Parts: sequence; C-alpha cells; structure tokens
Amino acid sequence: MKSLIAILLIALTSSAQADSHKLAVPANPKWQVECGSCHMAYPPQLLTAENWRQMMKGLDRHFGANATLDAKEGVEILAFLERYAARDQKYGASTLRITDTVWFKREHREVPTAMWSHAKVKSRANCTACHVTAERGDWSEHSIRMPDGRRWE
Amino acid sequence: MTARKIGITILFIVGAGVAHAETPASLIAGYTTEATRATPGFAPSAERGQNLFIRKWGVSQTMPTCASCHSNQPTAEGKHVVTSKRIAPLAPAANPERFTSSAKVEKWFRRNCQEVVGRECSAAEKADFIQFVSKGGRV
Repeated sequence: MKSLIAILLIALTSSAQADSHKLAVPANPKWQVECGSCHMAYPPQLLTAENWRQMMKGLDRHFGANATLDAKEGVEILAFLERYAARDQKYGASTLRITDTVWFKREHREVPTAMWSHAKVKSRANCTACHVTAERGDWSEHSIRMPDGRRWE
Repeated sequence: MTARKIGITILFIVGAGVAHAETPASLIAGYTTEATRATPGFAPSAERGQNLFIRKWGVSQTMPTCASCHSNQPTAEGKHVVTSKRIAPLAPAANPERFTSSAKVEKWFRRNCQEVVGRECSAAEKADFIQFVSKGGRV
C-alpha cells in the first residue's frame, strides 16, 4: 500500500512538473524587463513565431499602449520569442491575443464568466490573479488560487 | 591570474558600474541644464511636477492621467489600469531603484508622455517631475 501511494505521489508530482516545464524558458533579463513591466512576461510558447513577429512590428500601438523599444532590443527580444514560439496553430491568434487562441479558450472553458470580471481579475491578461506562482514559472493546476481563495480542483 | 590582472578586472567592473549609475539629483541637473538653453534661469519646481502628474490630460481614454496607473501618491504602489499588474512606487524614497538609469528614465518618459500627454515631454517637464517624486510627492 505504501509503495502504491509513493508511486501515485511520484506520478502526480511529475505531471505537475511536466505542466510547468512546458512553459519554462531560460532566464532572459531583457525579455523579462521589457515584456514584463505592464503585464507579466507571457511565455513565448503561447503564440506562434508569426504572431510574435507581428506583435513586435506594432509596439507603438500595443493593445492601445505605446510599448516601443529601441531597435537593438527589439531584434534581440524577437529572436528569443521566435526561438521558443509555438509551432501548433492552436496557439495562434490573428488578433495576437493569447486569450483568443484555441488552446487558451479550451484550457479555461470551465472558468465561470463571473470570475473574469471579479475585482481581483478584471482582465484575461491578468494571469497571476489565479496562477499566483506563474511568474516563478509554476503554472500547475495545483498552484491555482481562485479570487475567492479556493483551489482549482 | 596575477594580482595585477585581478586589480585591472576590478577596475573595469567598478568603472562599468559608475558609467551607468545616475541618481535622481544628477538626472534633475542634466534636464535642468538642457531646459536652461530654451528657458534661461529655469529652476525645477516640484509644484509644476505635481501638476504634470495629476493633470487629466484626456488624450487617452483608458489612461487620462499618470495617476491612472501610478496612484495619486508617488510613494504608493500603483496598479496598471488595463492589466492590473502592480507597479512599484515612483518615489525614490519608497523605491531606491527609481531614477538611477537615464536610459530607463528616457524610455518611460518617451512611452508614457506620448501615451498620456499626447507628445514628448520637454526637458523642463522631466526636471519638474523628478523633483516632485524625489520629494516624495510633497510640494
């Protein structure tokens, strides 16, 4: 019985790790600072390379805000984004919004509408409202805390 | 590595650090020098800085004023009005990292002045603004 519990625990831990590892990228201070000031630095894996290229071309009107970089920084950051970008079109969005991808909508299909408009959330761009450990690279379901303090299980 | 080489390496590291380190006072001095060329006798004013900070420019609907994201107290933490991300306080007294890199300061003035004021800010406005936040929002 003890060994069965041990096996189960290992299986659970490794699946949670697999989840968070998928969105891990090597430390990149430039990306972290430049893409993580107004919102968390969204993982490059959550859009396609073509989406990131479009995004970086339009930083002067970045979802209604001026997010311009100097040319050298822009080139370096785009190379990083392209390197880790998604290849699967379920991570693509013509609007360039991660929240419009097929993947995002599917992952969040069980989230009640009221949660999105909760005062602590307000925007689908506010990942860390529920994925409280996301900025440390941990996106596992186990680490989710809903705005009312409950776990997502 | 010889002691001499170590000494030279340390000098390089220290030198690189000094080359990039600015202070709120040195930035105010730099912008004041620049502003004096257009306006002889210019002196930075925390009061004008405060006006810049709290004025409702109304250029952007989501961000009509600096305070929309930075809260109306430079010593307090702000919150991005669209994404809800926390923004560390602007006042060096509350956040010693502020106004220590001219590249960073220029970048955010460029972005945020365009966004909120609808144009680039002048050297005089930048001097006034840093003067205001350096005093912890007191005028």
